[in-house]
Amino acid sequence: MSLRSPPLADAHEAAGARFTDFGGWEMPVEFDSIRTEHAAVRDSAGKFDVSHMGEIVVSGPDATRLLQRLTTNDVTDLDPGEAHYSAITREDGVMLDDTVVYRLPAAVEGDYLFIPNAGHDEQMADRWREHTDEWGFDATVDNRTTEYGLIALQGPETPDLLSNETDADIPAMGRFEIVAAGVAGADCLVATTGYTGEAGYEILCPWDEVESVWNALDCQPCGLGARDTLRLEMGFLLSGQDFDPEAEPRNPYEAGIGFVVDLDTEFVGRDALEGVDVEGVDEKLVGLSLIDRGIPRAGYTVTTPDGEELGTVTSGTMSPTLGDPIALAYIPTDYTEPGTKLRVVVRDEPKKARTRTTPFLDR
Amino acid sequence: MSFDVPDDLRYLDSHEWVRHEDGTATIGISEFAQDELGDVVFVELPGEDDELAAGEDFGVVESIKAVSDIYAPVSGTVVGVNDALVDEPELINEDPYGEGWLLEVALTDEGELDDLLSADEYRDQIA
Repeated sequence: MSLRSPPLADAHEAAGARFTDFGGWEMPVEFDSIRTEHAAVRDSAGKFDVSHMGEIVVSGPDATRLLQRLTTNDVTDLDPGEAHYSAITREDGVMLDDTVVYRLPAAVEGDYLFIPNAGHDEQMADRWREHTDEWGFDATVDNRTTEYGLIALQGPETPDLLSNETDADIPAMGRFEIVAAGVAGADCLVATTGYTGEAGYEILCPWDEVESVWNALDCQPCGLGARDTLRLEMGFLLSGQDFDPEAEPRNPYEAGIGFVVDLDTEFVGRDALEGVDVEGVDEKLVGLSLIDRGIPRAGYTVTTPDGEELGTVTSGTMSPTLGDPIALAYIPTDYTEPGTKLRVVVRDEPKKARTRTTPFLDR
Repeated sequence: MSFDVPDDLRYLDSHEWVRHEDGTATIGISEFAQDELGDVVFVELPGEDDELAAGEDFGVVESIKAVSDIYAPVSGTVVGVNDALVDEPELINEDPYGEGWLLEVALTDEGELDDLLSADEYRDQIA
């Protein structure tokens, strides 16, 4: 299978970016250094090309019913121009993906937009279409992943930065909203969502006009490396790593996002999740800080102080902001009380660690 | 991009360098290697009096994104460890041939130096 390239591939190449394969896309992982890019987002502003994320537009008389049955959150809560975080589960309650569902503003063509993770767009579009047919719904499912580029503009200075490039009333927007806006002359959708914990925007642009929007947003270009350290400091999940239907099958309660599950709605997986709440799971995703020197990495074993194996690190790094080694791991709920002393095995060496609540960073 | 490869050092194809002075070898990683790794955040090294065997891994350099084993270019006894790297591992990024050195080793066999790459050979390898 050949790798898909984002519309900005040539511009990134010219900027000296390093690339990595992510979800079947060749994406920039680092422009200058992860530390520099990470700090720019925490302190001022950074821009990410996240055109590898999927874009699927769902429309028609039964669009709301379809979204309601294929995502865990209550779609009827959304007014036009609003968005929420949600999960996509299968019958047994295991998460296939996490996503943001946008109810599109009235002036925009289409009813809903949702953003599956990189490489999941075709699978999700197929799933939506199959269920539309199966349930006899009147809805259309349009995979626009290669029609839209997506730029994430993140950091405390981004409200001012973006306001200078658009006529839309950016400062008036609350979190999880979406508006149609001209940005640098391109017809875009601007959403107050992100994956860093900072103020910021995700800007959907027509594929052919991404470059002019990207160039107009004058700030530090950032790669997927900094995107990963930024999201991990917030304890945000990475699809395919912190949960995955094959490699790490987890339900939303185990993954710590029970808040996106509304059991009063009828969605695929609801019956399996009914009665399972935070108290009802055997294992839970927990934050870990290392006390000893060392860096926890995905795949490292977590044990009790006596060496009894408890679980595995799913994500770990040296937090650039805190200067501390941090990780996420699934462990039995008996050990998830904040402050519980555990060990992370780093190259056969048990390193002292302590459980803690996430986010690791106050925001 | 072109990387600094000092002429007076010898190199391993796994990107370690050696500076030889009077039977003592200073070991580090090349500018190319630190650039590939990115921000170095952690270094694990042997202690003084530990023995190194040429070609075997003796420690680890970790950046935010990667873990990399480091290999001994020569055999010998560790006589110096760069303790500054504990608190400032970024010295490896900032000054890989100077303040970012890793170990000093009393050589067992100076002849091993002849098996290493010259600066020109190493330049060809990373070109």
